[in-house]
Amino acid sequence: MTYVLNLLTGLWIVFKRTFTKPVTVQYPEERPYLPPRWRGRIVLTRDPDGEERCVACHLCAVACPVDCIALQATEDPTAHERRYPEFFRINFSRCIYCGYCEDACPTYAIQLVPDFEQSEYARRNMVYEKEDLLISGTGKYHGYNFYRVAGVNIRDKDKGQAENELPPVDVRSLMP
Amino acid sequence: MIDWSHTALTIVVILGGALTLAGLLIWVERRLLGIWQERYGPNRVGPGGLLQALADMIKMFTKEDWIPPFADKAVFVLTPAIVVITALMSFAVVPIAPGFVVADLNMGILFFLAMSSLAAYSVIIGGWASNSKFAFLGSLRAIAQLLSYEVFMGLSLMGAVLLAGSFNLSDIVEAQRHLWFVVPQFLGFLGFFMAGLAEAHRTPFDMPEAEAELVAGYHAEYSGMKFGMFFVGEYLSVIVLSAMIVILFFGGWHGPWLPPVVWFFLKTSGFIVLIFLIRATWPRVRFDQLLSFGWKVVMPLALINLLVTGGIVLARMGEGR
Repeated sequence: MTYVLNLLTGLWIVFKRTFTKPVTVQYPEERPYLPPRWRGRIVLTRDPDGEERCVACHLCAVACPVDCIALQATEDPTAHERRYPEFFRINFSRCIYCGYCEDACPTYAIQLVPDFEQSEYARRNMVYEKEDLLISGTGKYHGYNFYRVAGVNIRDKDKGQAENELPPVDVRSLMP
Repeated sequence: MIDWSHTALTIVVILGGALTLAGLLIWVERRLLGIWQERYGPNRVGPGGLLQALADMIKMFTKEDWIPPFADKAVFVLTPAIVVITALMSFAVVPIAPGFVVADLNMGILFFLAMSSLAAYSVIIGGWASNSKFAFLGSLRAIAQLLSYEVFMGLSLMGAVLLAGSFNLSDIVEAQRHLWFVVPQFLGFLGFFMAGLAEAHRTPFDMPEAEAELVAGYHAEYSGMKFGMFFVGEYLSVIVLSAMIVILFFGGWHGPWLPPVVWFFLKTSGFIVLIFLIRATWPRVRFDQLLSFGWKVVMPLALINLLVTGGIVLARMGEGR
């Protein structure tokens, strides 16, 4: 008798679901909320002056667990021999969106942004080159400029006192 | 004298209606299951996903119709036809409204029972002809199931037949003008509902299919429209089952205010939804559980029910004389 009652109770509980709202998100029309720190597509950002932040240190490529980042460093003779990547390539068909590259980056250059819509018809289109990755903005860290906080004292000059060098910002307020 | 034009029209209406409804039910079931699981179900094709069945049909027709090289070809090809034909033949005796029936046979119940038993053959020989392990296990289970439900299916109906004094389905509906047979024949209704669920291979008695255990059971090797025929046949038998329950125990087309066809349609839809609700809720039983429950519980109950009903009918006849 309790067995029959249990069966009927089950039917009633399921039937009550008729009047509840489905939890499904109707994706293409209805978009899910993605938090600003959501780990999605990878971008290369610029500093507030509009220069590339990436200094081609290879730390992201080393940190990447699936080896999807490839880059080659070169130096710019017109801008104090600054290092920058000659090419920067991310194979998104391998990327697992772990965000280790972002953690490893010493200059906030590489960042993961809330965008997951990366479907492609051809596999080769999943390989993003530098011009695909580079964005014109600063990403998540608006005021940060690597060359203003980095650097060392040389001989008799303190940071920010050399030729064509701006005074540094307070390093204690900004990490790294 | 049979009015041929009227019969032909009825055949066209019932055939078209049944097949359309069976296609529609595929969508209805998926949609309802979705709603009961807090999802939407198919809602993309057409308004509210209404054309999903049509899209599925186009898909099935354009799919490769593959016959496994190890199958018994002739039987393998024949089987899906049996499913649909027997299910559609059952519709011939279903009285939808007064006079709205293809063949008002004076042994309509027996015809229905015969057709449903023939449909069981398709499952058995389909699984056998597929010549693969899962299909074979599915058909083995179908045989065990057949042995358990077939006997009390007939017996549980006989109470209603006794009360109405006729095997004719229209007469049985007419006999329920004042009191639906579900009240005096509640045990018979439960027995027939259970047997019908087993006959249509619906949860909780869908062990010949048992997609969790046997891939798709007896139709695991079927593809394309042959699989589609099994699929449509299953929904057709769900409609027939609901219609028969309504006719035998829930007063058929009788009901206040609304026209008879609407009442019949509403009651039948109610039972179809109930069958879907059962599918959404109850787990599948083992076939030995069905066997022992069928023979040790339902079968004696159906016999007792028949005995008591017969006694009451006899006593009434004695009074009337």
